[in-house]
Amino acid sequence: MIEVLFIPPAATVQDLGRDGYWSQGLGRAGVMDALSHSVANMLLGNDVDAATLEIPLTPARFRFRQAGAFALAGAACGATLAGRPLPRVWAGMADAGDVLELGPMTSGARSYLALPGGIDVPAVLGSRSTQLREGFGGLEGRVLAAGDVLRAASETLPLPPVGLSLTMPALRAAGAAEIELRALPSAEHGDFAPASREAFWTTPYTVSQQSNRQGYRLEGETLAYEASGELRSHGIAPGIVQVPGGGQPIIQLADSATMGGYPKIAAVIEPDLWRIAQARPGDRLRFRQVTLAEAALAARTQQEWLAGIRTQLEGFLTRQRGWL
Amino acid sequence: MPDAKLSMIGSRAVLFQPSCPFDLANQQRIWAIADEAATWKGVREAVPGMTNVTLLLDHVPTGLDRIERDLAALWESGIRKQVEGRLLAIDMAYDGPHLAEVAGMTGLPVDQVVRLHAAPEYTVYAVGSHAGYCYLGGLDPRLETPRRKVPLPRLPGGSLSLAGLQTGVSASAGPSGWNTIGSTDLSFFDPERTPAALLRPGDRIRFNPVEVKA
Repeated sequence: MIEVLFIPPAATVQDLGRDGYWSQGLGRAGVMDALSHSVANMLLGNDVDAATLEIPLTPARFRFRQAGAFALAGAACGATLAGRPLPRVWAGMADAGDVLELGPMTSGARSYLALPGGIDVPAVLGSRSTQLREGFGGLEGRVLAAGDVLRAASETLPLPPVGLSLTMPALRAAGAAEIELRALPSAEHGDFAPASREAFWTTPYTVSQQSNRQGYRLEGETLAYEASGELRSHGIAPGIVQVPGGGQPIIQLADSATMGGYPKIAAVIEPDLWRIAQARPGDRLRFRQVTLAEAALAARTQQEWLAGIRTQLEGFLTRQRGWL
Repeated sequence: MPDAKLSMIGSRAVLFQPSCPFDLANQQRIWAIADEAATWKGVREAVPGMTNVTLLLDHVPTGLDRIERDLAALWESGIRKQVEGRLLAIDMAYDGPHLAEVAGMTGLPVDQVVRLHAAPEYTVYAVGSHAGYCYLGGLDPRLETPRRKVPLPRLPGGSLSLAGLQTGVSASAGPSGWNTIGSTDLSFFDPERTPAALLRPGDRIRFNPVEVKA
């Protein structure tokens, strides 16, 4: 059991999202960075779909009301437990009364806090994710506040005293100034001016301050749409890059609308959505065009990486517990 | 290949847009396609849009040929789903922030905008954007306006808005790129209710103007 002592009003309880309600207009919600969320869960032996706390703004401070395990992954934020610095990705034990402190984020934009068995909130419409717009799911359908108490859904399993850590894939390629996002051309790609298409795939786009779980507004080369008339509203999905009349792109993310009507130049592939989640206002993004086959391979590669981590952790924890 | 467009809108989401007039008969073909495609292996959900349909898939497709052929065959078959929907009357205050702007863009006096908007019986063509939101068919073409160049970051729930040949009432507060002309306090989505969304494709709506303020 962990008590929130201080937190800016933006943190929400999320799992991998709510499936099956697109036809009623209800988006998936769910974590922005599924990779960090999944790793935090796996470090505790949880199902990857267990609910974690997504923290997009720090500082934040928590107190353990009783001893228990927890895991942290995502942004680098100089986390400390009872004053001792923690690695960026870490799972271990806290004693009763320990204070977990997350400092200013120096790299990345979202931290994930996991508890054994997941954070214990009721499932609504098949998921524990907070549906911020509709105000349900997660913890009472809202962002967390000081005084809130998060309970673990299961008993703590013993972890090694020094804790567990691992290395995540890099947000940027070595030496790159920009975060690369692989994307498929979308429905109106061919209706943008050739120079705009060229600019979209070759020049960087800066993440603006108007960026949240719903979407990121980007700033860069203005994109000229050459077709006329209004599009009929159609389905959209997280990762879609829309270009409103102003010519500056918007990427829809976890709290994406289910339908829209702005021209769509591209769709960022799902295995790269976590990179956007960890991009901060001012960071520069670069889009790289891929084929369907490359998109399928990227999805498989990421699943295999996660499966590999799980196998390694299970082996390690089995051996550890054998010794205890 | 007939005149239809299939495109990726996500690595596991495809959009099928047949070229056709924007009317109820064609929308009924879309409803039929969505019902059928939802039963296909590998399709998680099939969601009707405005004379288009989106398929959410289990996996990244290795190619689009097969899915394109199957969707085109369904569309060409002309099969339609007729729905005996419910009729809902909604009290509406025509008091939105863009009402005067819409009057300006359409070249009509405000009273005429309200009269034309409240005249038809609208059909719910599609449900989406946000939970419980309905895209309505039946807007008078004289009220056609462009979307806003820069979307509003937050519009309150219950806002009546329009863009292109589409109109609808927002079910909760959120961003919008449409022109807002009115408001109501009706609840369109409730997670405690089954189904949670108040309206389904094929239901019909009438607006009853209770106030006009431009």
